[in-house]
Amino acid sequence: MWTRRVWLGLRASAGGRRGFPSKADPQGSRRVTAELIEHLERLALVDFGSQEAVARLEKAIAFADRLRAVDTDGVEPMESVLEDRCLYLRSDNVVEGNCAEELLQNSHHVVEEYFVAPPGNISWPKLDEKEPFSHC
Amino acid sequence: MATPVLRWCCPGRRWVFAGIGGVSRHGRGVPTGSTSSGKRGQSSVAQQPLITAQKPRKGEREWAAVVGLEIHAQIASNSKLFSGSQVDFAAPPNSLVSFFDASLPGTLPVLNRRCVEAAVMTGLALDCHINRRSLFDRKHYFYADLPAGYQITQQRLPIAVNGSLVYSVCVGKRRSQMVTKTAGVKQIQLEQDSGKSLHDSLRSQTLIDLNRAGVGLLEVVLEPDMSCGEEAAAAIRELQLILQALGTSQANMAEGQLRVDANISVHNPGEPLGVRTEVKNLNSARFLAKAIDYEIQRQINELENGGKILNETRSFDYKLGCTVPMRDKEGKQDYRFMPEPNLPPLLLYDSESLPTGTDPQQVINIDQLREQLPELPRVTREKLVQQYGMLPEHSFALLNEVGLLEFFQNVIKETRAEPKKVTSWVLNTFLGFLKQQNLAVSESPVTPSALAELLDLLDRKAISSSAAKQVFQELWRSKGKTPAQIVAEKKLELMQDAEALEQLCRSTLEAHPQVVTDVKKGNPRAINKLIGLVRRATLGRADPTVIKEVLERQLSL
Repeated sequence: MWTRRVWLGLRASAGGRRGFPSKADPQGSRRVTAELIEHLERLALVDFGSQEAVARLEKAIAFADRLRAVDTDGVEPMESVLEDRCLYLRSDNVVEGNCAEELLQNSHHVVEEYFVAPPGNISWPKLDEKEPFSHC
Repeated sequence: MATPVLRWCCPGRRWVFAGIGGVSRHGRGVPTGSTSSGKRGQSSVAQQPLITAQKPRKGEREWAAVVGLEIHAQIASNSKLFSGSQVDFAAPPNSLVSFFDASLPGTLPVLNRRCVEAAVMTGLALDCHINRRSLFDRKHYFYADLPAGYQITQQRLPIAVNGSLVYSVCVGKRRSQMVTKTAGVKQIQLEQDSGKSLHDSLRSQTLIDLNRAGVGLLEVVLEPDMSCGEEAAAAIRELQLILQALGTSQANMAEGQLRVDANISVHNPGEPLGVRTEVKNLNSARFLAKAIDYEIQRQINELENGGKILNETRSFDYKLGCTVPMRDKEGKQDYRFMPEPNLPPLLLYDSESLPTGTDPQQVINIDQLREQLPELPRVTREKLVQQYGMLPEHSFALLNEVGLLEFFQNVIKETRAEPKKVTSWVLNTFLGFLKQQNLAVSESPVTPSALAELLDLLDRKAISSSAAKQVFQELWRSKGKTPAQIVAEKKLELMQDAEALEQLCRSTLEAHPQVVTDVKKGNPRAINKLIGLVRRATLGRADPTVIKEVLERQLSL
């Protein structure tokens, strides 16, 4: 809930504090190339099926770009909202496990007590690799 | 100067350009390479390569190789890095997997204190700077044995940085001298291990066992300070010994507790570094050096033939004895690193900064860990050299075999014999027998007490050294008998009656006048014949050195 308030606050301050640089044209300098789409699809295994999806992506990028309106010079980046919290250290005791049966129920396809996956890595149809990458 | 000779700067190594003609060879199946036989491949004049960026100079051309290593060591802990499931090598598939390890929704990582201590101890042993504040990140990639789709690691700010690993290599013609070298430790980080995939090509599927998923790993990154396979292997060996001495990892390569990837490139000395390749799957101590040397030679051959080195990932094929390209994902991997949102920064303290009134279980004091560090192999070796006057090579040999040092120390405790004698017997005779029968020290039929007793008999001159060897052999074969018993049974005691020996010598001299003449003529081997005769007469119960003494006196030489 508070994140939304902060965002709204930022938006307001950004608009009010100083002149926006010319509004970033989503179709202009932030053009998302076909190459980039292919790269993202491979990385995230997401399917940008249509031009509409790509347009939506470009709008999302433009939306996030508004963060640049805030001047953060000399401000130490906050990497985690947990930075003031204590990292709990657990004692080195065995308290979990031994639930193979339960876990295997989550999978459609099992062989003895193994999960089953397609051979090698998940191959991407567009690439012209003949064999998937064989991991050891 | 017909054949360009490549000299590759590694102690004692000379490599000959093994290319033939202008055809460059790629990838697998290059038969030349890993052996250092200089005779092979000495072709006639090398033809001009077809494609050259730079014409190779005829004549001597030096190459320098640069090797950096990334080592993953499994932390010796009861439970995993972020969950409470057990760490064990052999267990029924998927039986040591918690909900977090299986990446079920709603689970969160909880850091294991023991793993942090292991990382700090290792960092201290390698003279690293321990970061008082370190961070965890997610490294994303898709693979069936990585159920979460990312690995939790420490990319931005690892737990330890800027250390050094001191190791030794054998140099010299007879490889008897030890030279100390140093490899920089770039960083040590904590990260999760992945599960295991078993490929079933018959049914075109992969079987996944997540027992290993989430086990704590220490990634140790060594700077590219090594120049050949031998140095890399020696560095790895020393790291293994350190980890084992600290108890932070059992570092057994055969069981996958220590895995090594090498980054290798070659260049002409004085010129900038070449393109590097990464060689993975170097998981055998035996083949580590060979694989690295193969890759170095492959790169040299490729460049000499006018080819180029691709920045790629290769794998070592043990059967073929060569590196082969791994079918790489297109372009460079993009791991999309991001901070691990579920873990706050890891804070470590020292005695000065330790916060008061906190639960000791929740804070880690670096100074306390430093005080509790066990003795490092380097220190143990130095002590051995100082205390027992042995050569550095001997101290290395004693530490190189599991249980050997303890055996040696037990013998020393119980015997009056000189340490040098003990060292020699343990490293030559004892170790020799072990190696012959492929036994570990723990499986030895001879106990330290037995050897100590034997050495005492030798020290008291109750038996000769050749008799001692016989006794040792008998000890090895028949359990339960003591050296004294064997000596009595086989009548191996040295003659204590000096007068009787004098008599025997005199009678032998009288019986063989021809040999006596030979000796007096100056034939150096004639005296050995006499010694042999006397020995037989004494039924092997006289020390040859003593016999020689007596004979020489009697012959007034």
